[in-house]
Amino acid sequence: MEQIITQEKSKKHNYHTLKVLFEKETADFINGKRMLLFLLLMALITVTGLYAAVSGLADALESGNSSADFLFLKLFTVSANSIPSYNSLMALMGPFIGIFMGFDAINSERTEGTLNRLVSQPLYRDHIIIGKFLAGIFITAVMVFSSGILIAAVGLISTGLIPTGAEAARLFIYLCFCVVYIGFWLALAILFSTLCQHAATSALACIAVWLFCAIFISLLAGITADALYPVGGNDMESLMNEMDNYYCAQNINRISPYYLFGEATSTLLNPSVRSVNAVTMTQLSGALVSTLSVGQSMLLVWPHLTALGALMLLAFAVSYVSFMRQEIRAR
Amino acid sequence: METVVIQTKGLTKRYGELTAVDHLDLTVYKGEVFGLLGPNGAGKTTTTLMLLGLTEPDEGEARINSLNCTLDSIEVKKIVGYLPDNVGFYSGMTGRENLRFTGRLGGLEGDALEEKIEKLLARVNMTEAADKKAGTYSRGMRQRLGIADVLMKDPEVIIMDEPTLGIDPEGIRELMWLIRDLAERDGKTVLLSSHQLHQVQRICDRMGIFVHGKMIACGTLEELGREIAHEGVNTLELAAYPDNMKLRDILNGTKGVTNIEKNSDVYVIHSSFDIRRSLARELAEQGYTIMHLRQAGSDLDEIYRKYFEKAGEQSGADHHTGKK
Repeated sequence: MEQIITQEKSKKHNYHTLKVLFEKETADFINGKRMLLFLLLMALITVTGLYAAVSGLADALESGNSSADFLFLKLFTVSANSIPSYNSLMALMGPFIGIFMGFDAINSERTEGTLNRLVSQPLYRDHIIIGKFLAGIFITAVMVFSSGILIAAVGLISTGLIPTGAEAARLFIYLCFCVVYIGFWLALAILFSTLCQHAATSALACIAVWLFCAIFISLLAGITADALYPVGGNDMESLMNEMDNYYCAQNINRISPYYLFGEATSTLLNPSVRSVNAVTMTQLSGALVSTLSVGQSMLLVWPHLTALGALMLLAFAVSYVSFMRQEIRAR
Repeated sequence: METVVIQTKGLTKRYGELTAVDHLDLTVYKGEVFGLLGPNGAGKTTTTLMLLGLTEPDEGEARINSLNCTLDSIEVKKIVGYLPDNVGFYSGMTGRENLRFTGRLGGLEGDALEEKIEKLLARVNMTEAADKKAGTYSRGMRQRLGIADVLMKDPEVIIMDEPTLGIDPEGIRELMWLIRDLAERDGKTVLLSSHQLHQVQRICDRMGIFVHGKMIACGTLEELGREIAHEGVNTLELAAYPDNMKLRDILNGTKGVTNIEKNSDVYVIHSSFDIRRSLARELAEQGYTIMHLRQAGSDLDEIYRKYFEKAGEQSGADHHTGKK
């Protein structure tokens, strides 16, 4: 009986240390100077996105290329002139929020000499890294949702559009996607912070990965696809290769979380997108021009969400394992 | 019978080819201050890490209060406070906030926590600086805050890694007093590692000398000194006035002297037994004034050096045979 009580007690104690660590990390984020940077970044994304939405919405309507349905969601996807939309800004700049949060998570503790003091406290070592990750996700979620809701609110006031239930649901799922997307970059940054000795190295490594995913992978995909399935000739073969070439490039692109996120969110925010893959004429014959319901859109992007979540968990798992195996010595 | 608090048996840790700690058998009793002495890289820090369960030993085991340090590391860490070498604090938080964080990790809350922080800050003399950011602290202040931090969880055993490194003499004096006080007044067991002999000599009850991962000697200062004296070499430092050629002749003529060196105006005399009395009488008769006479080997510097020479010879011999 006594043993059970002490077990219960120690179980409670386990969560207690995780809670304390989580609270401390969250407080650190909020009190730190870095928070200003986050807020600035988030404000930039929000204000630019909002500006693009409000000024571009009228044009989008006038040109008449899209239906007047789901106008509310257009707030997030419409771009004006050269100003990018909220969604594309989020895809491009969102990673920075995750990277800034995590790039020095472990190695700064190491260089400050606080890590070995921390691990000598009665706590499980994994609570340290889990606490940091959860705190980062929490802060991300709060920021993403507040900025998304802010856009919705300002859009509501300035345009008088009222969101339907389906639109609200899509918006909610979209924002969840943003959190997972930034969460991936956070996990990646934590991974580099465990592997690299210096904060600067890990920041550079993260930014290198980001650059690769955002820019170079599409070049790489194009080159690889062209090499494997040459197109552009006048012969029959290149005509046959057209489809394979497209799929090959697309599949390579889909390794990149940037691409995954872009594909998934444009499907989510635009109900008229019916497929994320190429569609043949035969497949289209007899199809009615209509929009998808939320559930159907979700079905389309479910693999994307799974892949993003898996990437995030994979990055975190690797950093978790390497952190648990590391020997923590004095600085 | 004294209570054994820390006990290691055949504790071994290897890093690739290098054996950092080599079959260490160490016993520390309750309420004593034990010093681990040795040069940098002798395996002192690795030993402390294994005691805390932060590193897994390759062989052997370590127990604190009969808890296995590797398997029950959480329980061990509840009763062991660790002050690492060059301790760090969250620079964005004040000293008080840093302590509060540690206290909360240990399960303290509310008034009890605040009261304890206040008490410990007063004890390490940090009350005034408590509400400044930890990033502005000097090394000595960090070290003192580190002790308060260790005491937050009321440990039975305190392990300190190089506690006196890089602190000014006044700071060291305070720190030493504090450590002694912890052992005597609070009955805590203290294990400290250092390569700064003079400080350790002053406060340790017993000490172990560590070379290349092996503990080559262990005991009180007197025991260590006696052991060395048994080696059959007595070393004497002497300075006398007038310092002339005849003095050297007298020294050479004294029975038992094996070797004489001269360092500036101090003679270092090696002899096969204690010649202090006969030498003093002889010199007085010849009209010399003894300015300085000291039996070396009774202080730690000397003991340490001797042990090192011995260990060096041994490992040198090992190398030699190894090559053959």
